[in-house]
Amino acid sequence: MLTERKKLSFKDIINGIGIPTLIIAAFFALILVIAHFYDLSVVTLLSDTVKRAGMNGLLVLAMLPSIQSGTGPNFALPIGVECGLFAMVLAIEWGFTGWGWFGVSVALSIVFAILVGWAYGKLLNAVKGSEMTIATYAGFAICSFMCIFWLMLPFKSPNMGWFIGQGLRETIQLDAVGADMILNNLLGFWIGEEFYVPTGMLLFFFLCCFLVWLFFRSKSGIAISAVGSSNAFAEASGLNVNKNRVLANIISTILGAIGIIVFSQSYGYLQIYTAHLNIAFAAVAGILIGGATASRAKVSHVIIGVFLFQGLLTSALPVANQIFAGTDLSEIMRMIIQNGFILYALTQVKKGGK
Amino acid sequence: MSEKLLEFKNISKSFYGNQVLKDVSMTVKKGEVHALIGENGAGKSTLMNILFGMSAIHETGGFEGSVMIEGKEIKIKSPHEAMDHGIGMVHQEFMLIPGFTVTENIKLNREITTDNAVSKVLGGRLKGLDYEKMNHDASKALNTLDMDIESYAQVAGLPVGHMQFIEIAREIDKDGIKILVFDEPTAVLADAEAENLLKAIRRLADKGIGIIFISHRLDEIVSVADTVTILRDGQHIATKPISETSAADIANMMIGRAVTIDREESADRQISDEVALKIENLHVNMPGERVKGVDLEVRKGEILGIGGLAGQGKLGIANGIMGIYPAKGKVTFNGKELPLNNAKQVLRNGVAFVSEDRKGIGLLLDEPIELNIAFTAMQVEDKFLKNFGIIKMQDTRAIKEHANKMIKDLDIRCTSSMQKAGSLSGGNQQKVCVARALTQEPQLLLVSEPTRGIDIGAKKLILDLLKQLNEEMGMTIVMTSSELAELRSICDRIAIVCDGTVAGILSPTDSDTKFGLMMSGVTEFEEGGNE
Repeated sequence: MLTERKKLSFKDIINGIGIPTLIIAAFFALILVIAHFYDLSVVTLLSDTVKRAGMNGLLVLAMLPSIQSGTGPNFALPIGVECGLFAMVLAIEWGFTGWGWFGVSVALSIVFAILVGWAYGKLLNAVKGSEMTIATYAGFAICSFMCIFWLMLPFKSPNMGWFIGQGLRETIQLDAVGADMILNNLLGFWIGEEFYVPTGMLLFFFLCCFLVWLFFRSKSGIAISAVGSSNAFAEASGLNVNKNRVLANIISTILGAIGIIVFSQSYGYLQIYTAHLNIAFAAVAGILIGGATASRAKVSHVIIGVFLFQGLLTSALPVANQIFAGTDLSEIMRMIIQNGFILYALTQVKKGGK
Repeated sequence: MSEKLLEFKNISKSFYGNQVLKDVSMTVKKGEVHALIGENGAGKSTLMNILFGMSAIHETGGFEGSVMIEGKEIKIKSPHEAMDHGIGMVHQEFMLIPGFTVTENIKLNREITTDNAVSKVLGGRLKGLDYEKMNHDASKALNTLDMDIESYAQVAGLPVGHMQFIEIAREIDKDGIKILVFDEPTAVLADAEAENLLKAIRRLADKGIGIIFISHRLDEIVSVADTVTILRDGQHIATKPISETSAADIANMMIGRAVTIDREESADRQISDEVALKIENLHVNMPGERVKGVDLEVRKGEILGIGGLAGQGKLGIANGIMGIYPAKGKVTFNGKELPLNNAKQVLRNGVAFVSEDRKGIGLLLDEPIELNIAFTAMQVEDKFLKNFGIIKMQDTRAIKEHANKMIKDLDIRCTSSMQKAGSLSGGNQQKVCVARALTQEPQLLLVSEPTRGIDIGAKKLILDLLKQLNEEMGMTIVMTSSELAELRSICDRIAIVCDGTVAGILSPTDSDTKFGLMMSGVTEFEEGGNE
């Protein structure tokens, strides 16, 4: 009897985590084992994994509010990202450096994201039933629009301009404004020779996760979740479905905007133009690998997903290069896993806006 | 005339151990209009599904008994085979393509084709259409019905009544049509159109087609049918020539249950004359349950029942008041006018609603029981929240305590208050819905179809619970239900809704005949006072 209960609970645990997540986890472990046999430093791979997970964490977290509100994963993540990019560029132009730059960028990006997210939410309310498709196109469109914008900007800062002509460079170095890895290095430390803990960035990521978790236990957060699970139920309880969807997408856009700031400072460069065209897909795959569906997600899915997916990406590349020297197999694998997961999740979506 | 066209012999059918047809026999003769009548769930649709060989029948283990056409036993396995045997159906909802012309709709998939050069090379699918012949056929079919519609007109712009006739024309245009089934054909028609339709049905019968006419409207049946068969709870009650019966007689046989009034009047229970809820000229645009001008008064402390047949609008009343479907009119609650189309304000005024759509509107299936119970009170009245100034956080402990109390009080069978609502049985889900409504501490409770899809034991529990709420807490309850027996067992008064309006208000002790007639829209049999 006791064993029976144990068995059941083991099965429950597997179902709780989700079989796709377990498969990816096993695959990640397998790659680390292979890496070990090819004399690659597993510790370095893990260190990179932690760094990349911290970089991408907020972008994945941005998926959560939109999924919970029933608009699906935020394929329009580039909208938030462009808000963040513009905020950073403005902060550089105005001459902020170091922490000042970081603070001003975050503050500005929130302002932009609220305005743009509100308009984007209105757009989604007008296209109920095909949010994810519209979101994808909206994301692509905003990137292209901003390409023109970056070229037209009459900014004077020598850190950003082309050497000849008008407009901004494709890649802007952040060490020029003293913001390279500024968040990573806050309280950062080495364990041994090869493992670096980017404490500041991780703390910032976990803090945001905690805030989002808290928010979804508040009256507004619960209302958003209810709207996402059943429009009819929410309406019958006197909730304004459209307002809640807009609110969720504003939050998602804000997280995307702050997310790209965290990403850029850790990367050391600010990339504009088409660099982030496909950024949403990695984030969507991340949360789905963590166990979320296109209609339900939790903070735990974000954390598990971002570590697993980024871990897989960082370690698969050097391993694949070792095994199949001279090919670009790792990139192909990344595309297969990332898009395969999105495809898998979308086939599970129940039809219609209920 | 007396030739047997179609014969059902000792048909029985059960779905998953639930017997829906018991030994039903019925014969349709050539040139006869045979009416089939029964309450919702009496087994009419199942019988017709058997006739048409619908997959729902075969997938659930077939049926017992036999179906015979012109004396020969046939086994119909698909609707297509039914068509080959000359059985046609005129649907309640029109199955027409709006962008096609009348002819194209009538001839769809039975087009008359001509060869051309391309089709000779590439096969028959590319043959041309012979519009002249098709138009001719279509006009002929329409003429049979005495309808003056241009066969080249587009269906999209035609009035509803005409569409019904095109449907019929399509059926009679088929070669060798022998039996035609009309499933509530007049439900969507205006009176004049309905009259035309009945005339057309008569004409078709005179041509030797056997007609099965399913309707809830007794007056129609009496005027058009030759014979009537009454089903009740899957049993064949009677088959009689219309000349030997009357609307009152049919109504009586249709309802005919021994009524048990298990409502012992407790002495201290008082219904004041004070009107708690006053509904004036309420119109609700709820698809399939349209309300077209309801006036109703609910007295404080009573249980008012709203009954009537499906599709007549009884469900629309509560849904309209609660702002779930667009409504207009005037609703006054405790002397204060309730804003319509504004769920939040209605809820704030102390009105709670247990919806008939348990899984859609009633519950968050993927969320735990405790959140389901607390949700509305939390969102509408700010209960179960801790206020931190800028943000209001849920009070997890208070929610759990309250949920556990409700689980105990209402005897909700679950593993814990964290169990997902979707994994509960129907009866327990309903109790969660009631618990959510009670959490609002309402003064008026609207309950729709509280026992739909619930087993008998749980039904009694739910009804007892409503009675208890009413007696012990003095809660005013408006209960809408398709099950008359249930309404009669606990309500003080029962309003019968027919065709979107209140046909009349009856006492639970009134006779079956009265209920049956009123539900079927026959008004002239009533004792005066009804306009």
